[in-house]
Amino acid sequence: MIELHDVTKRVGQVTHIKPTTLTLEPGQFNVLLGATGSGKTSLIKLMAGLDPMASGRIEMDGQDVTRLNTQKRRISLVHQFFVNYPHMSVFENIASPLRVAGMTKSEIEGRVEEAADLLQLRPMLNRRPSELSGGQQQRTALARAIAKDSRAVFLDEPLANLDYKLREELREQLPDLFAGRGAVVVYATSEPEEALMLGGKTALMDDGRVTQFGTTSEIYRNPENLSAARVFSDPPINSAAVTIMRSEAELAGAAKWALTGAAADLPDGLYTVAIRPHRVLPVRSGAAEIELKGRVIVTELSGSDSSAHFQMGAEAWVSLASGVHPYRIGEDHVFYMDPGNCRYFGQDGRLVA
Amino acid sequence: MRTENQKAWLFVIPVLALVAFNALVPMMTVVNYSVQETFGNNQFFWEGLGWFEQILRSDRFQAALGRQFMFTAIILAIEVPLGIIVALSMPRKGFWVPVCLVLMALPMLIPWNVVGSMWNIFTLPKIGLLGYFLNDVLGINYDMTQQPISAWITVVVMDVWHWTSLVVLLCYAGLVSIPDAYYQAAKIDGASAWSVFRYIQLPKMKAVLTIAVLLRFMDSFNIYTEPFVLTGGGPGNSTTLLSIDLVKIALGQFDLGPAAAMSLIYFAITLLVSWVFYVLMTKDDQP
Repeated sequence: MIELHDVTKRVGQVTHIKPTTLTLEPGQFNVLLGATGSGKTSLIKLMAGLDPMASGRIEMDGQDVTRLNTQKRRISLVHQFFVNYPHMSVFENIASPLRVAGMTKSEIEGRVEEAADLLQLRPMLNRRPSELSGGQQQRTALARAIAKDSRAVFLDEPLANLDYKLREELREQLPDLFAGRGAVVVYATSEPEEALMLGGKTALMDDGRVTQFGTTSEIYRNPENLSAARVFSDPPINSAAVTIMRSEAELAGAAKWALTGAAADLPDGLYTVAIRPHRVLPVRSGAAEIELKGRVIVTELSGSDSSAHFQMGAEAWVSLASGVHPYRIGEDHVFYMDPGNCRYFGQDGRLVA
Repeated sequence: MRTENQKAWLFVIPVLALVAFNALVPMMTVVNYSVQETFGNNQFFWEGLGWFEQILRSDRFQAALGRQFMFTAIILAIEVPLGIIVALSMPRKGFWVPVCLVLMALPMLIPWNVVGSMWNIFTLPKIGLLGYFLNDVLGINYDMTQQPISAWITVVVMDVWHWTSLVVLLCYAGLVSIPDAYYQAAKIDGASAWSVFRYIQLPKMKAVLTIAVLLRFMDSFNIYTEPFVLTGGGPGNSTTLLSIDLVKIALGQFDLGPAAAMSLIYFAITLLVSWVFYVLMTKDDQP
């Protein structure tokens, strides 16, 4: 277990990590999800002890490691780039931290072979990293992290530099590789889909802060604030200013609908409504759907999904629907949404309904 | 079925012409002299491989060659490790980086004969600052114009002063190109400073280090200007390195035949040793 208490990081006058308190547990993936520059790597480096903290305290399994240097924290780190010792064989690469730890020869061999089997590196044990493909190089780095007896394993966008197919393959294996090892696994990524596929828990990061932390699927369904909703959506979530008056929402000149459920009790005022692109469809599919009239400005076809960006008053929204829809750019089109899928945020950006 | 496109030869012609003019033609002139004897008047007599045999058998050549190998070995043994150490201790970021780089580059910007004159004046006993300091302040008997040992030390120190920077700058370029991630990985693994050097920095520096060793070998093996200006090859013949001896034969005695033969032998040795160095230093890279 890793506990962060009001941890901050500053470089000169710039604050990279604002006060952060977080408890990460073993047994599942802890995903740090955020855009580039949101502080994922900074936070990992603080936990790994690679960068000094400005203030705060870090505990690992109850032990205060704030002043403990990296070597003594018993951690592993896998980078986005493939970092291996260039003039050592794959075997020696995996064995190097074990040798430093002073393990016996047979123990080292056992651990290296176990890790190599898990990552299908058996036939490559005698090769040099430069003779391996990118995927094999990254698997070697992962094997080094697994073979080592770590309390925490940090995976900093480990799949970002792999091609699409390898990424899919390795991502499927990852949760199994670390299952039952007792180490806290922290996985940084900028792709919302990756967080959803890995499961476990997610900490959303934005501008050096953790904006929300919890079970991944729960955060996806109920983002606590607008920033969390935006980070956890690809394509970006649709949002617009709405005026709510007597349990009725009005989207400036485009649509009007009656509020139901918790939203029905919202006091009158200005709010932001947000709805995910795949909840805005080009065809009617239920009685409760309300109409949104817009003008198509951009269309994209990706595999069996079609998306349309449409202008509706001052807002540009996206509709993502399965199947191929014949849009024509510049034409007016009616899109449909179920108000039950809308989330409402107050003027401070917090979820209200 | 012949579908080869002979036009490819056209594209090779510029390179061939360039190599011919800057290497082959001048070299063939030397080859021409090396197998003939002349007494002036543009009259030449066939000599065969006689000059080569004479040069290779001569004590004078063998002594100069011995001195040359000793000089180069000492230079490499000092400049390569020293260059690595200095490069390792230079800052990798911040205000001092450009300062260090300029300071390092300074000796290399000075013309070679100026370096020779500088060190000559600097080390002359009585007149030179260093010469005076060693003799009259520290009481060390030092005179590079009279004692072979002093002359050798001076030539070596001068070369170290002049050329270690090259090794430093090349190694430094190799060092700064190592991503931080490698150092972090080493830190996490708990590697010692020696392990970081041995398993990260040295392998990553290897390519530039190979070039540094080759350049320093070739330059020091062919060195002429600085020791010539500093000691003129003396006292006696003690610092007469190969190229100084060659110039003495070619221009001093105007023995064109032996000088040409010696040039070719000199060139062959440089080429051969460079090749051996290169093969030894890159043999690990082949899978």
